[in-house]
Amino acid sequence: MSEPILEIKDLAVTVDERPILHNVNLTVNKGETHVLFGPNGSGKTTLLMTIMGAPKYVITGGKIIFKGQDITYMPIDVRARLGIGMSMQRPPVVRGVKTRDMITACARGRESDAELEEIVKSSNLSELVERDINYGFSGGEIKRSELAQLLAQQPDLVLLDEPESGVDLVNISLIGHLINKLLQKRQHIRERERSGLIITHTGHILEYVDARTGYVLLGGAIICEGDPHEILKTIVKKGYEECRKCVM
Amino acid sequence: MRDVNTEKVLKEKARTAANKQARFGEDINLDKYEHVAEALPYKEDLATIPAEAKAQMLQTGVTVDDASKRSGTIIQMDHSVIHSVTKQSDIEIMSTIKALEKYDWLHDYYWKAVSVDADKYTAHVELNPGNGYFIRALPGSKTTFPVQACLYIGKKNLAQSVHNIIIAEEGSELHIITGCTASPSEEDAMHLGISEFYIKKGAKISFTMIHNWSPHVAVRPRTGVVIEDNGVYLSNYVIMKPVKSLQTNPIARCVGKNTVSRFNSVVVAPPGSSLDLGSQVILDGAGSRTEIISRTITTGGNIIARGYIEGNAIDVKGHLECRGLILKGEGSIHAIPELRGNLAGIDLSHEAAVGKIAEEEVEYLMMRGLTRDEATATIVRGFLRVDIEGLPPELSQQIRDTIESAEKDMM
Ligand SMILES: Nc1ncnc2c1ncn2[C@@H]1O[C@H](COP(=O)(O)OP(=O)(O)OP(=O)(O)O)[C@@H](O)[C@H]1O
Ligand SMILES: [Mg+2]
Repeated sequence: MSEPILEIKDLAVTVDERPILHNVNLTVNKGETHVLFGPNGSGKTTLLMTIMGAPKYVITGGKIIFKGQDITYMPIDVRARLGIGMSMQRPPVVRGVKTRDMITACARGRESDAELEEIVKSSNLSELVERDINYGFSGGEIKRSELAQLLAQQPDLVLLDEPESGVDLVNISLIGHLINKLLQKRQHIRERERSGLIITHTGHILEYVDARTGYVLLGGAIICEGDPHEILKTIVKKGYEECRKCVM
Repeated sequence: MRDVNTEKVLKEKARTAANKQARFGEDINLDKYEHVAEALPYKEDLATIPAEAKAQMLQTGVTVDDASKRSGTIIQMDHSVIHSVTKQSDIEIMSTIKALEKYDWLHDYYWKAVSVDADKYTAHVELNPGNGYFIRALPGSKTTFPVQACLYIGKKNLAQSVHNIIIAEEGSELHIITGCTASPSEEDAMHLGISEFYIKKGAKISFTMIHNWSPHVAVRPRTGVVIEDNGVYLSNYVIMKPVKSLQTNPIARCVGKNTVSRFNSVVVAPPGSSLDLGSQVILDGAGSRTEIISRTITTGGNIIARGYIEGNAIDVKGHLECRGLILKGEGSIHAIPELRGNLAGIDLSHEAAVGKIAEEEVEYLMMRGLTRDEATATIVRGFLRVDIEGLPPELSQQIRDTIESAEKDMM
């Protein structure tokens, strides 16, 4: 039996007093990767940011268990240090803070300079490291920079918000490669420590990263759970509403 | 020798301005200060400078114990130049008094970039001369290491009077680091400093000034810069420590064609500090470019950050950037960027922002595992980071060190 790394129970979340998520339940086991589908505005980013612990997302019900520990009311940085990491859909620009500084800060002294340099190289960020983080970055550059930071951070639970959106056809294989590295996909599931929860619209990432379970989020609730490829096919053919009919 | 007639005219002009209030800044009553300081002996060996003074100097980048990374050193304590050496025969360093004795032609530079009757402070320096430094790079010379200059106030209640003249002759390159500081006492004191810079054709000066005063010192520097064809002037100003009242508004006159000037200021105002800082650039020479960048932080003090660029010739380009951060406390930041264009074919722009640290940015760094304090410190360090081109590595490093050593006081 594989053990759960993340358990979400009856989660309800409001943003600026507006209820966004309700009754969300999901479990991710150690070594597994799950994907999240759903139309724009359905609450996908909200769910990931809530798991990460961004204060704007207020939990009004339910709980989040990470590695057996209740983290529902834990601050964001404590969660990060416990092993949760996230790549953001729209990360902010921080003027004066270089991309290299961010990657170094993420490592918190764990990796050597040489290892960090390797991360920079493999993420194709050599040209960007001396630039202010996210300042004037293209869509694809943001994705690579977010993944490089996570590679330095080495979180056990990796939350990825649309890692492939806006990425060209060549870079997507690089992104796929980086995600696999992040999730230790080369290792056998039994040895794999890392787990992932990935938001995707197009499902392109599924061609590179194998995922065990897919969910469809609609109107702030999970309406469907199953094989990610099957779900993707249904969405492409018939739209999100169709997922409501499928038996979980 | 100073020409008697010229001297008479200058003194007369100064007397007429003796009560003339400055345009900006709180009016300081000069009468409450001492204007004369006892002569201090010349020191061959800098090791004999008291440890307390050395420590203060070191915080401004003036290294007296090991000056191996300096091309020359000049130190003025109160009104005495106690030490002055140059390691390069093509870089002249001496007290202003000596230089005036040595060079008749210095009159052509004396009170030519700053007006003697600009206000009561310029007038005071002429009427109550202290000393100052004269640094001159001979034509085509280049400093291997920066020259260091230090102005130190030791005497309590002194109004230190300083008149500096810096000349970069044609094609020379001169890097200077100046530390201005006082003994860390509870006593009042004042610093009045005139600095006149002359950058000849194709010459370059970088001037890095670090201020390390005390909550009881009032400071009124008056600076003028004249830049000829293809000349370059880089000014870097750093003040991270408390000061009672400081007002300065250096002016660069870019009279030559294709000049380049850049003013960077990194400023922190702790509670009790009152700072009114500006930079003015007059672009009179065609094709000249300038950039004024200020980064100000208040943790309780008040800051006025001014900037003025005037374009009077074709193809000039200027950019002004005032960014202020209110970190904590009751202080204020007032950014006043001004642009004035007097003909077509010029390109002037500005950007000003005053606010607190964006919570979203703090959370972004916390998401990566940094604590709130670490995240805030990282953002503040980034905010204060001005990338300075054309500065020798030891000076860039000194600026970074000065900023970093003051970080914990800000949090
Ligand atoms: N500060 C806020 N105040 C009010 N509503 C908000 C706020 N932030 C987000 N929302 C709303 O919450 C809902 C869910 O947003 P969320 O970003 O989670 O959607 P998403 O599924 O990630 O969409 P997309 O596919 O477009 O990224 C949206 O309707 C959004 O407008
Ligand atoms: Mg989203």
